[in-house]
Amino acid sequence: MIQIIDIHKSFGRQKVLDGVDLDIEAGKTTVIIGRSGGGKSVLLKHIIGLLKPDRGQILVEGVDITKLNDRDLNEIRKKFGMLFQEAALFDSMTVGDNVAFPLREHARMSEAEIREIVADRLRAVGLSGVEAKMPSELSGGMRKRVGLARAIAMRPRIVLFDEPTTGLDPVMTEAINQLIIDTQRNYDLTCVVISHDIQSIFRIGHRIAMLYEGKIVASGTPDEIRASQNPVVRQFLSGSIEGPIKII
Amino acid sequence: MNFVLGAVDYVGRAVLHSVEEAGRIFQLFLSVLAWLVRPPLRLRPIFKQMEFVGVRSIFVVVLTGTFTGMVLALQTYHGFRMFSAESMVGATVALSMTRELGPVLTALMVTARAGSAMAAELGTMRVTEQIDALYVMAANPVKYLIVPRMVASVVMLPFLTIVSDFVGVVGGYFVGVHLLRINSGIFMKNITKIVELDDIFNGLIKAAFFGLILSLIGCYKGFNTTGGAEGVGRATTEAVVLASVMILISDYFLTALMF
Repeated sequence: MIQIIDIHKSFGRQKVLDGVDLDIEAGKTTVIIGRSGGGKSVLLKHIIGLLKPDRGQILVEGVDITKLNDRDLNEIRKKFGMLFQEAALFDSMTVGDNVAFPLREHARMSEAEIREIVADRLRAVGLSGVEAKMPSELSGGMRKRVGLARAIAMRPRIVLFDEPTTGLDPVMTEAINQLIIDTQRNYDLTCVVISHDIQSIFRIGHRIAMLYEGKIVASGTPDEIRASQNPVVRQFLSGSIEGPIKII
Repeated sequence: MNFVLGAVDYVGRAVLHSVEEAGRIFQLFLSVLAWLVRPPLRLRPIFKQMEFVGVRSIFVVVLTGTFTGMVLALQTYHGFRMFSAESMVGATVALSMTRELGPVLTALMVTARAGSAMAAELGTMRVTEQIDALYVMAANPVKYLIVPRMVASVVMLPFLTIVSDFVGVVGGYFVGVHLLRINSGIFMKNITKIVELDDIFNGLIKAAFFGLILSLIGCYKGFNTTGGAEGVGRATTEAVVLASVMILISDYFLTALMF
């Protein structure tokens, strides 16, 4: 579905991605783990074309998106939905207008049809009847659920999640994890999740890849990652301060 | 020697930075022009911004315009009295308001009110990833966020200037005729005799240009915000300072060209 081939990216003198190779399978949830500030978000922004790599290719269904102009890139982006870390809901719009935004932009539908889809997507994330609320009236967990409803409004084939459980309490974390699992299954989605929440990654991931020092140092099924002998993976999973991962 | 090299290095960097920033602002302007003519043209966000930039600025524009006209009448009266030229107070107030003070003060007030809000709003949208969300949903932020703000500013500034010109003259009339006892007929006659329609129109062209400057700089600074809440504050301050300075500098050149 998505192939990331030898991606390099630097900001000034700081090298963030140093030859990332990763295959993301269709219809599965791939979780990318790694340290905070280790380049996970940068990698995710490359997948949807928000950042251009210095070198390398990103193939989405065989199309190299790093070479596309804005118009063609926008066509590819219509296949994607994305849940941002803080949900990135538009403050000036109601919840209903937020979820309806991509539909009003791209789908030729009547207002009645749009309202029906908005209600359906909000029901899917367990938030029926909040269309008239403003984002500022919602809790962190509710904002993320509305963000997910907006991400799936256009029935995308791929959904990207940027640290979906960061900053949530354990109960809401579990609710969001279950929502990701259900949404992936019900909408037959290809999901890419970046996270450093150990419990969540094993709960939601079909495949897990570890990004360290700009490279994918390990990837496999949750069981393979649990059994990995890679010292970086072992230290990360155990949360130990002893090991190859330097504490800066 | 090191001190001299350091100073040259500092000045050189500052000049390079300014040139680079001017280039980026011009690039954004070209991008706005390109998106402006690309259909569909959505009127609703433009009207919303026209209300914010124009309608909600009327009170502050009326306040500043009135008192500027009043103080201008007071000052010129004391000066002109030395030459027994009190009858010219009205014309001086009207000419100053229409050519200079109306457009410039209106632009500075709208910069403080709406230009700062544009920078703060877009800056907050940048740091909370709302602008990235627009890109992800294949909606261009320039078309969606910047075009309506710039169109609204260019359209509304001349209207606000008309209001400012009018209340300025009314303020001048009040002080001149009612407080300083200048003959009302002479006050008005000199205005109609000396102030020409071109003075008013050129002032309005200036106002539209200032609207372009304040919205372009406000949007540019907000759109390129980095560094969280502190960055939003910095962008807002820079937008107000840069737009105000550019308004005053461009005012000189526009005046030299027009009058």
